[in-house]
Amino acid sequence: MNQATLIPEFVKRRSFIELTGRSRAQSLFDEGTAWRELVGPFDRIESPWLPMQGVAPQSDDGCIVIKGRIAGKPAVVISLEGAFQGGSIGEVSGAKMTAALDLAARDSSAGNSTAAVLLLETGGVRLQEANLGLAAIAEVISSLLVLREHAPVITVVAGTVGCFGGMALTAGLSSYVVMTRGARLGLNGPEVIEQESGIEEFDSSDRALAWAIHGGEQRVGMGLADFLAEDSVEQIASAVRKYVAAGKPAQHRSEQVRLYRGRIAALDASRQIDPLKLRQEWTTSRQKQGAQ
Amino acid sequence: MSEQASLRGKAWFQALTGKGQPQTGDPGSVWSANEKIGPQTALFLCVVPNLESRFPCVRDGQVGLEEAYTLAARVRETMDADRKQPCSQKRPIVAIVDVKSQAYGRREETAGIFLAAAASADAYASARMAGHPVIALVVGQALSGGFLTHGYQSNCVLAFDDPGVIIHAMHKEAAARITRRSVKDLEQLGHEIVPMSYDIQDYAKLGILHELLHVDSPVKPTQSDIDTVKQAIVKAIDEARRGPLHLNVRLLSDAAKETRKAGIAARALMEQQWLEA
Repeated sequence: MNQATLIPEFVKRRSFIELTGRSRAQSLFDEGTAWRELVGPFDRIESPWLPMQGVAPQSDDGCIVIKGRIAGKPAVVISLEGAFQGGSIGEVSGAKMTAALDLAARDSSAGNSTAAVLLLETGGVRLQEANLGLAAIAEVISSLLVLREHAPVITVVAGTVGCFGGMALTAGLSSYVVMTRGARLGLNGPEVIEQESGIEEFDSSDRALAWAIHGGEQRVGMGLADFLAEDSVEQIASAVRKYVAAGKPAQHRSEQVRLYRGRIAALDASRQIDPLKLRQEWTTSRQKQGAQ
Repeated sequence: MSEQASLRGKAWFQALTGKGQPQTGDPGSVWSANEKIGPQTALFLCVVPNLESRFPCVRDGQVGLEEAYTLAARVRETMDADRKQPCSQKRPIVAIVDVKSQAYGRREETAGIFLAAAASADAYASARMAGHPVIALVVGQALSGGFLTHGYQSNCVLAFDDPGVIIHAMHKEAAARITRRSVKDLEQLGHEIVPMSYDIQDYAKLGILHELLHVDSPVKPTQSDIDTVKQAIVKAIDEARRGPLHLNVRLLSDAAKETRKAGIAARALMEQQWLEA
């Protein structure tokens, strides 16, 4: 047996989550093609609100926008840097995101289909910019919905921050969602629920519970996300290429109101819901639906 | 305070529609009615407290799973009914907003409240883009995910000029805790840093509001209050019909040009560099 076969796959794998937000974005473009970062750090458009509160701003405001080609087609990748203010959305990062989505929509409606790939590592609104962060999320939602009519919007939640708060709505509106096992997706994180509703509602120190509810395996398993990827640049980039090439789906998840409303009506809310049981129920109902 | 605030939604729904109940089959927390306002009929929607809700974390008027999907269903029903109508005939949708937040519950997270909230925002935004005038009337609180789900996708946001009206990303106590300040410091900071403020007059400086309305009695509306608000809604519907459909119109107001300079600059530079890329 030669030595190469002894090296396990996970040792050779190039980790995605160990990359910065910028490197993650760069890793998704077609090999050998040119890409360009837009409104980058050297343009120095920073948050005017953070220095007023004694917080150091960052020259890209934690939002990296790169335009290039994926699966042979024009695409823009918008990546939130989880290491800067928890990937939170402020005035500038929100405006960059909205502007990029609007421009992709403009090109797409003119016949030059331009997909958007969102790398979301974020706790949602940046509380130091509170109302401008919330307003930005409303605007991101609006612009995403316009683009989604013409070209696919693909969200990747890889970890380690996860995707929470208002930006979880953005994930919910996406055409496709890719997650890793370590990634989490939800409106309110465990700490917030414990704080607001008490430890008996959610014990935030219970990591197994947090992942059982918000984790990538659960979200993909229950059909609220589309693909469970390993923490691998190759796997994530290949999933993104596949969804860019697939184009927009016939119907988006967030349009399937009757299906999900029916599922909520069928829940037993008299006690906490067992995540695994729910996954099985929703998977079964999906299979039945598919068979029809 | 929260009890008083949560009464406002009900009071204004009743004042504007003469009704006060959910549609058959809907949860008790979502009131809806199709009623005449000015020359047309509009769909009115409001999320109200429902002490009997089977979901414990929404009983004080938070927006939860049932609320979000019900709002989405009512809005989409209206869109379907008007699908063949020209834009000038599409039914207006009026969201009466008095929501303290989204639901903070484990049941909600387990069953994917993020998708429910997305479905509601999707329905409101799609209605706006299809040409339905969508108006938000903020009569009390409009906080965080509650407002994103119900009201923030409107063509026009109207709000009362009243201390009981609060539009914000997070309630004071939690925001103070997370940004490591006392509530008093946070209130002080709001006077210096406009987007942090809990004061509706400061919110107006962001340039997002369509109009601030003056009413004498925001909790128990008088007939003259009702007339004022109805007139403002009719006017907003008319302006929404004639105005742009997209939310980026919010950046064009004089107030936004002042307060949101950095965002506007980022946008302009993105447009320029996009063409070069």
